[in-house]
Amino acid sequence: MNQSKLLDLLENDARLTSQDLADILNEDKDEVAKEIKKLENEKIICGYHTVINYNKALRDEKVLAYIEVDCIPQRNKGYDKTAALIANYPEVDTMYLLSGDCDFLCLVQGKTMFEVARFVSDKIACVEDVRSTKTLFVLKQYKQSGIVIVDQEKDEQNRLVVTP
Amino acid sequence: MKELSRKVREIKPSGIRKFFDLANTMEGVISLGVGEPDFNTPWHICENAIYSMSQGKTHYTANRGLLELRQEICKFHKNRYNQNYDPETETLVTVGGSEAIDLAFRALLNPGDEVIMLDPNYVAYAPTVGLADGKCVMIQLKEENDFKLLPEDLKKAITNKTKALMINFPSNPTGGVMTYEDYEKLVPIIKESGIYVISDEIYAELSFDQEFASLAQFEEIRDQVIVINGFSKAFAMTGWRLGYILSNKEISSQMTKIHQYIIMSAPTAAQYAGLEALKNGIDDVLVMKNDYLNRRNLLVNRLNRMGLKTNMPHGTFYVFPNIQITGLSSDEFCEKLLEEEKVACVPGTAFGESGEGFIRISYAYSLDHIKEACDRIEHFISSRIK
Repeated sequence: MNQSKLLDLLENDARLTSQDLADILNEDKDEVAKEIKKLENEKIICGYHTVINYNKALRDEKVLAYIEVDCIPQRNKGYDKTAALIANYPEVDTMYLLSGDCDFLCLVQGKTMFEVARFVSDKIACVEDVRSTKTLFVLKQYKQSGIVIVDQEKDEQNRLVVTP
Repeated sequence: MKELSRKVREIKPSGIRKFFDLANTMEGVISLGVGEPDFNTPWHICENAIYSMSQGKTHYTANRGLLELRQEICKFHKNRYNQNYDPETETLVTVGGSEAIDLAFRALLNPGDEVIMLDPNYVAYAPTVGLADGKCVMIQLKEENDFKLLPEDLKKAITNKTKALMINFPSNPTGGVMTYEDYEKLVPIIKESGIYVISDEIYAELSFDQEFASLAQFEEIRDQVIVINGFSKAFAMTGWRLGYILSNKEISSQMTKIHQYIIMSAPTAAQYAGLEALKNGIDDVLVMKNDYLNRRNLLVNRLNRMGLKTNMPHGTFYVFPNIQITGLSSDEFCEKLLEEEKVACVPGTAFGESGEGFIRISYAYSLDHIKEACDRIEHFISSRIK
């Protein structure tokens, strides 16, 4: 089975059933289900999420911030030990090691700016070997996972219903 | 009031029109009836058109189109299809493939000349032949031959009045294709009879499973072949109205005369968009093509499983399922499907008599949309299949 094609399809739409995927890949339904199970067990597939436009969603306030973290790498461990200390906080949504001015870039979520600020100063800044942090609050989001989320006309309105 | 043109009044309204009018007045219709991509034009292509306007490129271009665009067209056709045309004397940029079809017939036909058409075929060909005072001679394509044109059928259809053969592969509405080997068998017949071939290759980039082939690749009949292509389907640029026509020098200069009087030149901003598409757009085409392929597989597998026999189409974004098992005619099937399940398809008969017993389903829609439509079609036919 074409594993990378299967992953491509699921990455775009995790709601596709094994039957849908089997139809698209010209494979057997049970084989596809087995392959997905395998990918889940191997932690190649790590989860299934929904892309939400929080500009529109009516629910509790949510604040996003990118935190740049500068730290001192450790002998034999490099950055990974410090990274694990930060990544384990549930407030940290996504985290990378970067080239350039800062070391880590963390996407942090909180209910209020104050909550995020306190998390940064009380938790991340206090992690051993962290030298400094810089907090960048998100003002507005325009695109998420390849989808432009600022108001756009629905595609269907742009096309005639039946054309030759 | 004085009488209007008899020739124009005699043109029959398109069978697609009826379904458009029906579907358009209903609420909650999900359509599988469109003949254009669901993707918007890739942004870098739009941006180049906008930039051209900001630079004051808002004037006429040469009649044949921007030379730079024609050079890119010829390069693209050389590299991707192994077709060789000269940008200065054999290339003409048109307002969509539609203008190109019109130009070709007008440049070729004298009153009473016969044009061999494949049935089912795209709705615009026959009326355009009529407007050019030609006469259509139909070859019926068959499902069991994957809707290909067979050499024996072509041979039989050629008379001393035949001026041209009109073909369209990959085909709207059947999704059928011709391979190089299929064409090879037609070449001696075309060469010997001396007829012209108008080859509408607008779906060339949407060829699946096998490489696109064209009669223009055969050197011995190269001067008899007229190639029509454009940006609409491959680059999702239907609204830009940009196409082109490649042919030998003599035909090209005759067509340019018509074009120069009725059009002058294709829209300039669209030509700059086309330039960007050819230079930097092929990756976008491949991404869209991959999506079409996924949808095709899902649709064909589902239709076959629910009991509608559907050949695997190797091109375009249409499938052409056989609905005879339901005992309904194409028209009845589509009308009832629209009334009962609010799904709009186009009856095969809109594309010619041979389309009876078939419907055209477009998969230029998202997977979600296609799945929902399949559920409804399945519900519709479940009580009708014995």
